[in-house]
Amino acid sequence: MKNSMRDSLQQGLQRFGSFFRKRPLDVDLDAEMRSHLELAVEENLKRGLSASEARRQALVQFGGVEQAKEQQRAARGMPWLDIALQDLRYSLRTMRRDYGFTLVAVAILALGIGANIAVFSVVDTILLRPLPFHNPQRLVWIAPPDANGLSASTYSADAYDDLLTMNRSFEDVTAYYAFSTSDNLKLTGSGEPTPLTGMGVLGNFFHVLGVEPELGRSFTKDETVKGGRAVVLLSHAYWERQFGGDRGVVGRSITLNGTPTTVIGVLPETFDFGAAFAPGSKVDVFEPTVLDDIRNEGNTLALIGRLKPGVTVAQSQAEATTLFPKFYWSKKFADSAGNYTARPMELKQYVSGKLRRSLITLWCAVGVILLIVCVNLSNLLLARAASRSKEFALRSALGAGRGRLVRQLLTESLVLAGMGAVLGLGLAYAITSYIAHQGSLALPLLNEVKVDGTALLWTVGISVGAAVLFGLLPGLKMSSGDLQEALKDTGQGMSAGKNHERLRSALVISEVALACVLLVGAGLLLRSFLRVLDVDLGFQPSNAAAIKMDYSDGGSTDKRNAIFEEAIRRVSAIPGVETAGISDNLPLERNRGWGGPSAKGKTYRKGEVPGAFVYIVSPGYVEAMGMRLHGRDFTWQDNMKGQSTVILNEKAAKFVSPGEDAVGKVVLIGNNEVHVIGVVADVHETNVEGVSGEQMYLPTTRDEWGPDGAEMVVRTKLPPAQLAGSVLRTLRELNPNQPAVEFRPIQGIVNRAVSPRRFFVMLVGAFAGLGLLLASLGIYGVISYSVTRRTQEIGIRMALGASAGRVQMGVISKTLKLAAIGIVVGIFASMLVANLISSLLFGTTPTDPITFVVMIVLLGAVAALAGYLPARRASRINPMVALRNS
Amino acid sequence: MGDSKLDLLQGTLDLMVLQTLSAMGEMHGYGIARRIEQVSGDEVLLNQGTIYASLVRLQHRGWISAEWGTSENNRKAKFYSITKRGLKQMAEDTVYWQRLSSVMGRVLAMGEREGE
Repeated sequence: MKNSMRDSLQQGLQRFGSFFRKRPLDVDLDAEMRSHLELAVEENLKRGLSASEARRQALVQFGGVEQAKEQQRAARGMPWLDIALQDLRYSLRTMRRDYGFTLVAVAILALGIGANIAVFSVVDTILLRPLPFHNPQRLVWIAPPDANGLSASTYSADAYDDLLTMNRSFEDVTAYYAFSTSDNLKLTGSGEPTPLTGMGVLGNFFHVLGVEPELGRSFTKDETVKGGRAVVLLSHAYWERQFGGDRGVVGRSITLNGTPTTVIGVLPETFDFGAAFAPGSKVDVFEPTVLDDIRNEGNTLALIGRLKPGVTVAQSQAEATTLFPKFYWSKKFADSAGNYTARPMELKQYVSGKLRRSLITLWCAVGVILLIVCVNLSNLLLARAASRSKEFALRSALGAGRGRLVRQLLTESLVLAGMGAVLGLGLAYAITSYIAHQGSLALPLLNEVKVDGTALLWTVGISVGAAVLFGLLPGLKMSSGDLQEALKDTGQGMSAGKNHERLRSALVISEVALACVLLVGAGLLLRSFLRVLDVDLGFQPSNAAAIKMDYSDGGSTDKRNAIFEEAIRRVSAIPGVETAGISDNLPLERNRGWGGPSAKGKTYRKGEVPGAFVYIVSPGYVEAMGMRLHGRDFTWQDNMKGQSTVILNEKAAKFVSPGEDAVGKVVLIGNNEVHVIGVVADVHETNVEGVSGEQMYLPTTRDEWGPDGAEMVVRTKLPPAQLAGSVLRTLRELNPNQPAVEFRPIQGIVNRAVSPRRFFVMLVGAFAGLGLLLASLGIYGVISYSVTRRTQEIGIRMALGASAGRVQMGVISKTLKLAAIGIVVGIFASMLVANLISSLLFGTTPTDPITFVVMIVLLGAVAALAGYLPARRASRINPMVALRNS
Repeated sequence: MGDSKLDLLQGTLDLMVLQTLSAMGEMHGYGIARRIEQVSGDEVLLNQGTIYASLVRLQHRGWISAEWGTSENNRKAKFYSITKRGLKQMAEDTVYWQRLSSVMGRVLAMGEREGE
């Protein structure tokens, strides 16, 4: 038994091997048979036969030479593979002959498959693949429920200490300093000072994430305590950019913000902090955050925990609910705003959970495109079926079974899909590398998008699926018809043709319906996007730009005032500059909140006073940002006379003095009495789509809230880019250490904030356009074919007196009938789909009538156009020629 | 229908080839074919070409091996010889055939007796 199994296995292997050595084996066989015949002839000669008789008898004894060869080949080869290859060769021959069709089919498939691979790669990277950390499913993001904005989702150093000592769920907890800003460091000592971005992290950060430095080591205990040695870890990208990938960089001392700092290691290329935690931004170096240094700064730490083995996220949530209110921090500041609760969630969920719906929508949209592609190809193949029916009838008459014919057609489909997939892969590769290098897109993990092994598997899957989908129907249809009939058929006006046409019409209807769904979906998303762009941000992003000033709050308030005032005076004097002002913080970027203002003389329950977003600004900032102001702006004299002043946004003003003008009122911020001098429009502080919270603007002239960064905002008459050079030069004159940083248009900051939505709208819009194009091609194909088939009939009708206009109308009305049925089906499907994506909509409803009407009219118009061309051709048929040709 | 007949013939031929090689030692295709014809007293009308399908089958199974060499009258020819595994297989098949033919003999003899 075992023997026979081994034998058949061995035989199989031998056969497989033989398959690839066909030619040498044939040569060998030829030689063997020749020698056989020679031996036979020789023996016959010995028996005394004449030379010719000896040869003749040898051949008779041998039997048919070709037959023997065939038997031998059958015994050694793999018949099914031979047949497949035969089919393949035949398919390629057919395609070469019909290269116009092949070109169109492959191009359509390449678009459909390519788009699918590209979207799959994005979905796979952002949604499906685990985060690039060790055991990422045990990492949790610890933030309050419904945290909106950064400082609402961060905790204090005290809270961190309490959590670390009191919790039972976490193996370890770490954090990064959530208010590290971009370009917050300056490298000096080698040529021009260059800006770089440093991220503060706790000493155990990389250990908790499970990321090992590629070179050197991570932070040690004595580097993460007050007065510890200044050290940094370099990101892989910065190491390559700044140090040319020099492995000797570990241990070297560099000067950061004037402090000699030791490089202790380089992180691996796979670790990209920005990709996971701050989409669209880059981090160059990591510095240890010392808890004691930030103890009095309030909520600044973004917490990440690693669950103990066996502990679920739900268990950690339950624990956090009871644990957080017990923290020292919450007792100490019981009367002010603070984060007393937490609802841990899987880190993956935090990083990409918000995108789930958008990505799945995108995935479905691109799937619909592939469906439309398949329908289109089915139609093209069916159209060809008519012209190929004779070929198939002939093959059938020669003994090919139905299975063989279907297999032949499927082989052709597979070859088409395969070629489409190869081109599609190229297309997807181009798209994904383009997407991965879009630094301005604020989407997590996007820079890791690439066509990888999983995507290749997906490609194979969808290509084969598509081939079966578009190949099977025409295959069955073609092989089922009365093939003998087809031999006699003149190819026109027979019942089989009618049958085909009904099927083709049904396909077109479904195509129109699918396109309708795509168009309506894209329309709704586009309308939402336009609504987002229309949002009143509370400031005017156009014609304003920001530049990061080299400034660290070391000196006295007077010194700071003098520097800021002089900088603003000089920059404002540049021709083309309207106004300038300074803030430590720009909207839609870094967000920080403190305990908000409350009305004086009123008592509040605990937690009733909301926290407020804080902007510490110089005189002129409000104007430079183009914010609506009621009351007055700060002056350089504010607070010098001992009186504290504040500008509130409308929401905060409403809180402190409901129903009355807040300007002129005295409010409490903490225990300080502060005069409200102005009220400005609500600014979108964290995102364009969300609601604004309470905000307050404090003057840079007040010492206790000195800024730790300075963004100068410049409002210009000219395009901001033209002024970048002169502004930078002016700042340099004032401070030779001013690094060469970019001049950032405020519009760019807004664009980045809406970039995820723009990204989805662009893609879904592109798919909808593609769907429309394919559907119109489908309509054109069907109508055009039906006109061709009816040439004779139309000719007769025209000979009998039908006018060209009438013929034309007939064809167009047929087109519109198909389109109308498709649109009606599509409307119902669209309404279902619109409900599914309602959470992605902004400022519009799933049944938005304008979108539905516009998209349906568009689809109808394109359908009519697609039908018009064949209609015009029909009306130009010359009756005499048509009749003669029959 | 036609297939099963062929299978039976193939199986028979394979065993004849094995038996021939085991009895005669190394032989070329022509020699094997001639030998079978001779032994069968020319009762089996063998298309000599058919033997090559059998030879490749046996080779694939590892029951015989082949090598190019020179024949007694100085011609290039491919020589086949039976392997150890081939010998074992032949023994098994021989037992099977003997049992089958004795059963067949008995069954057919029964028919003769009844006919008498």
